[in-house]
Amino acid sequence: MAQYETVIGLEVHIELKTRSKVFCDSTTEFGGDPNTHVCPVCLGLPGTLPVVNKTVVEYAIRAALAINCSIAEFSKFDRKNYYYPDMPKNYQISQYDLPIALGGYLDIELDGDTRRVGITRLHMEEDTGKLVHQGTITTTPFSLVDYNRAGVPLIEIVSEPDMRSPEEARRYLEKLKAIIQYTGVSDCKMEEGSLRCDANISLRPVSSTELGTKTEIKNLNSFRALQRALSYEIERQTKVLGEGGRIVQETRTWDEGKGITLPLRSKEFAHDYRYFPDPDLVPMIIDREWVEDIRSSLPELPDDRRQRYIGEYGLPEYDATILTDTKELADYFEDCVNAYPNPKVVSNWVMGDLTRLLNSGAVDITECSIGPEQLALLLQLMDKGTISGKIAKAVFEEMFATGKDPEVIVRDKGLVQISDEGAIVAIVDEILAGNPKSVEDFRAGKEKALGFLVGQVMKATKGKANPDLVNRLLKEKLQ
Amino acid sequence: MQLFRLTAHELHDLLVKKEISAEELNLAVFDRVEAVDDKVKAYVTLTKERALEQARSVDRQIHSGEKISPLAGIPVAVKDNICTDGILTTACSKMLANFVPPYSATVVKRLDGAGATMVGKANLDEFAMGSSTENSAFFVTHNPWDTERVPGGSSGGSAAAVAAGEAICSLGSDTGGSIRLPASFCGVVGLKPTYGAVSRYGLIAFASSLDQIGPFSKDVTDCAMMLKVISGHDPLDSTSAKYSVPDYTGFLRNDVRGLKIGVPQEYIAEGINPAVREVIEKALARLEALGAHVEYTTLPHTEYALSTYYLIAPAEASSNLARYDGVRYGFRAQNTDDVIDMFMKTRSEAFGPEVKRRIMLGTYALSAGYYDAYYLKALRVRTLIKQDFDRAFEKYDLLISPVCPTTAFRIGEKTDDPLEMYLSDVCTISINLAGIPGMSIPCGFAQGMPVGLQLMGRHFDEATLLRAAYTFEQNTDYHKAVPEL
Ligand SMILES: [Zn+2]
Repeated sequence: MAQYETVIGLEVHIELKTRSKVFCDSTTEFGGDPNTHVCPVCLGLPGTLPVVNKTVVEYAIRAALAINCSIAEFSKFDRKNYYYPDMPKNYQISQYDLPIALGGYLDIELDGDTRRVGITRLHMEEDTGKLVHQGTITTTPFSLVDYNRAGVPLIEIVSEPDMRSPEEARRYLEKLKAIIQYTGVSDCKMEEGSLRCDANISLRPVSSTELGTKTEIKNLNSFRALQRALSYEIERQTKVLGEGGRIVQETRTWDEGKGITLPLRSKEFAHDYRYFPDPDLVPMIIDREWVEDIRSSLPELPDDRRQRYIGEYGLPEYDATILTDTKELADYFEDCVNAYPNPKVVSNWVMGDLTRLLNSGAVDITECSIGPEQLALLLQLMDKGTISGKIAKAVFEEMFATGKDPEVIVRDKGLVQISDEGAIVAIVDEILAGNPKSVEDFRAGKEKALGFLVGQVMKATKGKANPDLVNRLLKEKLQ
Repeated sequence: MQLFRLTAHELHDLLVKKEISAEELNLAVFDRVEAVDDKVKAYVTLTKERALEQARSVDRQIHSGEKISPLAGIPVAVKDNICTDGILTTACSKMLANFVPPYSATVVKRLDGAGATMVGKANLDEFAMGSSTENSAFFVTHNPWDTERVPGGSSGGSAAAVAAGEAICSLGSDTGGSIRLPASFCGVVGLKPTYGAVSRYGLIAFASSLDQIGPFSKDVTDCAMMLKVISGHDPLDSTSAKYSVPDYTGFLRNDVRGLKIGVPQEYIAEGINPAVREVIEKALARLEALGAHVEYTTLPHTEYALSTYYLIAPAEASSNLARYDGVRYGFRAQNTDDVIDMFMKTRSEAFGPEVKRRIMLGTYALSAGYYDAYYLKALRVRTLIKQDFDRAFEKYDLLISPVCPTTAFRIGEKTDDPLEMYLSDVCTISINLAGIPGMSIPCGFAQGMPVGLQLMGRHFDEATLLRAAYTFEQNTDYHKAVPEL
């Protein structure tokens, strides 16, 4: 059987979180009763005209610069004509041959290697409304339309067909999401549809440089869906080609439940969009100074931040990669390090206990009840010997559940470590007296017995005895 | 004194002197509408209550000694493709026969702000597509000079209303001649301003890169007054220019001495009615006698203007009119199988034949495989046409031509032959393609029907048009002639 190479390119739509829509003043806020976030312009009423929201252009430039694109000096909007009830004008204002940005890239890390994925273009467009079906789509006698999303600004980022595996595609999307989130122009919430992805995938013989026939996969609503759908499609296309068949160029939809891709009726997508320049919007001449202002206002991006964590904080690459994956996590980490300058210890806590608790409660880092300063306080309590490491874990869980400061929890629950030698000596004596067998075993050379005796002391003090002190005192008494 | 016969500036003087009241004036105009609109059919909707309310408010202002603006209390008709808040705005299409916009066009707001009263909404060719107003989905408007004849189009209702004394001034829109042609046919003054001079917000779009709103009036002074009120940048229209609007009435000087006027020979070519030609030549001679330098010149790409226009305008229209699908407002076909069926039946049942013809033409021109050969090529020729004008304006202050090779034709005469109808616009469409201002003023009669003289100027040089038009008017009486009804 022939060996095939997979070729994948992604088209990613991202909603920009400007206050108002791209061509009118209506709010972009998510949700709301149907058709309440609308006005005559975004409803496309007769005689109304679009006026471009300058912040949308700024955000698009911001995003484009973050993925290393060149910003066009001259750019325009075009009309993409097709009929669909969720489109108020039956054309979508988009950009065709002169998009705002071209030719960028981003680097992805996978299995210790770095690969560069090219970005063909980034353009601006308006979102559509959505159909709300009463009953099922096949049985309903009518559909309702909600235009709240119509006119919400989008950017579409088209990659080069540079990815060679579903894992790479996933990593690309994760990285893109991280970078765009860093720039602050979008929330990139896949579950709310503010980040959407379509994938183009084809196979070709390993030695070939020509592209094979591709299929386009839609309805990829999560990273997992993207990876699964692509894996399925590789299997399917390999089988078709292996049996001497031909791949049909078509649009397929991912069925998450069945775990398969299915062809969409080709009729629905056989569009001739009849693009032409939108005569209602004047072409844009993008001021170079403006672009440079935007560039200089970009925050530190994930790659630079990762390098800084490795170089400045001395973190392992693994830690640095995970911590910088989202801006929120990295910000949390850094705020904590500022208050408690031991990056590796902080990293261990953030990547370990904190991430575990967040995941188990499905809580976002931005909504975490433990602030970075509170975590730093906890770590300081450990350093001071106020609490032991073991107690600290329990305090941390309590902080997570209640949002209280660590000192408060330690004080209220009486968890302060006992480091008073006199107090511990008394307990040690008591334990030794009550466990003559273990004392004998130890003296006979059984080291394990010491561990048992330490445990008994800790138990008697409800874990509060300073473990180092307990060890030393026990050993002294037993000699 | 027949108030409806007077001009806005004459009426303004009477209002200020308190010789008449605005209410009286408006009632006089509505009486006139009552008396003659059965014959003219200029209006599709009358807004008497609104007008009288506006008039009374102007009267209160006058009474309390406030200074009123020149258009205060003046009855104005508005073409029914210009949106009026809370008032039917139909574009004279079955598609929008029930459409009441929740907003007013910027020009309407500006007229309201100036205190002008609105008599009603004037008839037009459906979606402004046509040259005779015969394409209105409701009824045909008749030329007040001869009710057997068309008023021209598409702003036929607006022009006829002013000519018949059913309004003192009016607003029209001009995409390829839709103000100038009816002005010429009805013997009134009509101006298509420079593209971008007047906001298009609230004008139901036909071809966005060509559409422009402009005034009709009985004389040049009123035209300047109307233009002053409706012009200027509008943040709601990105194609409206940022410029400071001059006081156009200040340019109205009776003096064309030294003015260099070019007459594009292509506009007075074969096919022009000899009587029209004679009238035009006489008008040119008059201007020369008044001290202007008049000579023939050339706009070499004129022969491509019609085909260029009939690619660009329908292409834009095919997209602009896509929104009329029965989903959100307007007409919706009944008893449809699914959404595609609803789209198709809605559009099949509610658009008239000319609108369908242009949608098909435009869709075809933009289609994959034809775009380069048609639409793109048309854009390139449009640039050449603009350059023709640029070159001409290096040499001339003004270009002059007939508005139309003929006078108003008979109702029904050209309805079976769209191409013949399109030829009515042969002298006007280049002006829209170039985006320059164009004006029609009465310059005589041929076989008893008015002939319009077209004045064309540089971008944003309405001043020179108005000055030349004013001078011609001061030295002739054509604008004073009124049709008997
Ligand atoms: Zn809106």
